[in-house]
Amino acid sequence: MKTIWIITKRELSSFFDSLIAFIIIILFLGFTGFFTWISGSDIFMTGQATLQSFFSISYWTLFFFIPALTMRLIAEEKKTGTIEMLLTKAVTDRQVILGKYFAALILIIIALLFTFPWVITISKLGNLDTGGVICGYLALILMSAAYTSIGLFASSITNNQIVAFLSALFIGLFFHFIFEIIAADMTGSFGRIINYLSVNVHFESLSRGVVDSKDLVYFGSIIYLGLFLTEVSLSKRNAFN
Amino acid sequence: MDIVIENLTKRYGSQKAVDNLSLKVATGEILGFLGPNGAGKTTTMKIITSFIAPDEGNVYIGGKLLADNYHELKKHIGYLSENNPLYQDMPVIDFLNFCAKIQGIERNRIADRVTEMIHITGLKREKHKKIGELSKGYQQRVGLAQAIIHDPEILLLDEPTSGLDPNQIVEIRKMIRELGSEKTVILSTHILPEVEATCDRIFIINKGRIVADGTAESLRNQAKGSDILKVKIEDGDADTIVKTIKDLRSVSSVELTDRNLNRFDVHSTDKNVNREIFRLCVENKWALTEMTSFETKLEDIFRDLTMN
Repeated sequence: MKTIWIITKRELSSFFDSLIAFIIIILFLGFTGFFTWISGSDIFMTGQATLQSFFSISYWTLFFFIPALTMRLIAEEKKTGTIEMLLTKAVTDRQVILGKYFAALILIIIALLFTFPWVITISKLGNLDTGGVICGYLALILMSAAYTSIGLFASSITNNQIVAFLSALFIGLFFHFIFEIIAADMTGSFGRIINYLSVNVHFESLSRGVVDSKDLVYFGSIIYLGLFLTEVSLSKRNAFN
Repeated sequence: MDIVIENLTKRYGSQKAVDNLSLKVATGEILGFLGPNGAGKTTTMKIITSFIAPDEGNVYIGGKLLADNYHELKKHIGYLSENNPLYQDMPVIDFLNFCAKIQGIERNRIADRVTEMIHITGLKREKHKKIGELSKGYQQRVGLAQAIIHDPEILLLDEPTSGLDPNQIVEIRKMIRELGSEKTVILSTHILPEVEATCDRIFIINKGRIVADGTAESLRNQAKGSDILKVKIEDGDADTIVKTIKDLRSVSSVELTDRNLNRFDVHSTDKNVNREIFRLCVENKWALTEMTSFETKLEDIFRDLTMN
């Protein structure tokens, strides 16, 4: 656990030193802020004290930003060869993967924390459903956790960051809306399974304030599968494990 | 900790990078690992670090099977890889701190250890610079520092002196010698004088197989080329001298290289040949005005063993 945290700290400081962290946070706040407060169906338009518009715009911005954040995590180390230097030290593949995973996730959570003033502002404007807000943030964090895991896997299969970015988007697209579209034209148990695979279905129900174990299991499975495949892909260099 | 490698084979596609290689390195031994490019040196080292696994064969470190205990054994290995990959965007001191922590050095010893490494490798003035801003030689020093920061019992150095200036090379060699008195060191290099200067034993591989194993001395004796003695003898008839020297038991052949100056090349495998030639000259009242011995160079042995 200590080793994982050492790696996480290094990755986080690398995010901040290279300005990636600041760019991501500013862009995220800019995009979501613009659509929450100024344009489209912002809260002045709907006239309700709710963060729904923020949650639905975040649903899309995070989808694009997370691959941009995760693409370099392993691909860059493979390209420069530092992965060899790192993995020949007293660490396991798993510790390295988890360390990098938590670094990306913590950065996203930091970005989400910066939106907290909006929650306070809106709560002053009207009667805000606190439970709904907590569930909405939970949904965003769970979704981010799932996409980070997919992004990390995409980063582990190549040493090219652009390929990693595009692969992560490609895999993400299916969960983000393709499964839902396919399921819409299908009936029966197969249709239900495809529908269950869609992130949107679980995201919607969570952000409406319904915490169902089905949704938690769903996100947990994606996270686990992504990290597991990352480990498999990293051990392809022919390590003993 | 000693290293025992048994029948190691590693394939990349249909090509064998390492082919049935066996090797023993005793504790406190400095092994010079030689071979032309693509001979399998780096692959063998990567297998010892457990970064990659062999297709066949076993590696034992300190009597323990690497395949079963690699996680524990990794703590005792320090590795400087060939192209010395480092985090270019990290300042030297932060990077060394990170390495110290990740290698599990106790918290209260980290600062001392990092300072010591910076001192040993002469990085004092560069410690706050980003690694990417350093010259290749300084980066090499950082690479060495990260390899030895946790005081490993086994040191694997893949071309450790590349990019260093002559003064630093001498220092690093001295340091490797000192470290080598209690540690097991495998040092791969292309610079042959370096092997002679630092290593107890030389191990030459070619196309993944052993072609020579021994001290520099024993390799010279093994090599086809014998020692050459350049001799100049005056006050005598050239042909008679050739004939008389040839009759010596320790001499394998004599060549007359310059008839006017009476210069000869004497080929021999016996160390006593110069005494015998001296005695011969005294007996025949010849004047021996020059006698220089040329050892077969390690370069020649290397070329001899790996060019086929």
